[in-house]
Amino acid sequence: MSSQFIAGTRKGLFLYEHREGKWAVAQTAFLGAQVPMVLHDSRDQSYYAALHHGHFGSKLHRSTDGAQTWTEITAPAFPPKPEDEREVKCPMRGIPIPWNVELVWALEAGGADQPGTLWCGTIPGALFRSQDHGQSWELVRSLWDRPERAKWFGGGYDYPGIHSICVDPRDSRRIAVGVSCGGVWASDDNGANWRNCAQGMRAAYLPPDQGGDPDIQDPHRMVQCPGAPDHFWVQHHNGIFKSTDNLGHWEEVERVAPSGFGFAVAVHPRDPATAWFVPAVKDEVRIPVDGRLVVNRTRDGGRSFTACGCGLPQEDAYDLIYRHALAVSPDGNQLVFGSTTGSLWCSADQGDSWQQVTSHLPPVYCVRWI
Amino acid sequence: MVTVHVTPNLRRHVSVESASVGGGTVAEVLQNYFQRFPILRGYVLEDSGVLRKHMTVFIDGLTIQDRKNLSDPVPSNGEVFIMQTLSGG
Repeated sequence: MSSQFIAGTRKGLFLYEHREGKWAVAQTAFLGAQVPMVLHDSRDQSYYAALHHGHFGSKLHRSTDGAQTWTEITAPAFPPKPEDEREVKCPMRGIPIPWNVELVWALEAGGADQPGTLWCGTIPGALFRSQDHGQSWELVRSLWDRPERAKWFGGGYDYPGIHSICVDPRDSRRIAVGVSCGGVWASDDNGANWRNCAQGMRAAYLPPDQGGDPDIQDPHRMVQCPGAPDHFWVQHHNGIFKSTDNLGHWEEVERVAPSGFGFAVAVHPRDPATAWFVPAVKDEVRIPVDGRLVVNRTRDGGRSFTACGCGLPQEDAYDLIYRHALAVSPDGNQLVFGSTTGSLWCSADQGDSWQQVTSHLPPVYCVRWI
Repeated sequence: MVTVHVTPNLRRHVSVESASVGGGTVAEVLQNYFQRFPILRGYVLEDSGVLRKHMTVFIDGLTIQDRKNLSDPVPSNGEVFIMQTLSGG
């Protein structure tokens, strides 16, 4: 059983421990600061926390003593802008995409055979790689320079962003990233070359003749099953999609009740047919359907869902769960999710029942099991 | 020499102090100041080198005009104050 998880929130980082039968805060850090992303690197037990200062920009901190103390390290940043840099504008609004890290939106460790390698996804859609535990970062130009990036645009943010990074456990050179709004992109050679892998997704927010364009899709969050890495799940702006052929194509999961809309998704570490989502009323509203907060679980690859609400508020609930705020433990039995109301819930039985951990945190941006 | 001050709100994140540096424009003054406190650059400027949108710089009590190239002239005995704006929350 996992006995710790970490939450990044609107006003700080909170490490929770399970002791004497309940969850309690064991460590706090960066109180008052936005913590949009955290990472626990199981290869060396280090922790990373991205901070987003409204005035001072994105920063990165690392802890090597179990989140007791933190040291600021180099944050991913664009290099000096070349004179001949191609200017890309948002195709919807005609404004230039900034040469600046606006937000750290994804942090993942490289493979076990790549100690020190970290991947970082950002708004405005840049991917960075470190090979020295975050002491230095390089812009992955091979993706940044893709001509299709001129079609990307922001989904809920001013600019497009990379929110999901999946490193294939079979081969660490194979990486897939999810972009809102820019589809899914994969590399087989450690980021040297990229191809779009969003075929089959559907964008209802564009004119019908453009809805199938893979370059403008809005996957909200993408996860890969570690035990069956050919299998991916996406919570998309228009519903749920799955791929069972290593991103060859995506199949829409239809007739999802109470709603196919949401932001977060988690997949069982070994069983690719089991996944969890937190549904909300579709895109204009984004609140729990009928005021009932549920976690939607499928155990048959999306053919059916169970709306698990035991222990969750079933009336007058207005929690929204952001894309990084749902996580499943390494053993596949525990889940944790946090919401915009600052509430956290845990389950020890794959979502059959839930226990509220707190309702007094700042809005929760991300959660990770340790 | 120009005296550079930094808002206490920044000093709670980075270890910097007021200092006298040379420079005839905001860009030159900041470049010289950042040489002494390199970590501060990313807190004040975007990656492209423009002033962060919720930061401002005062020269002898007046806000600078050129936030992109930082070309405003600074008097030889001037005071520069780096601070955040309330628009950033």
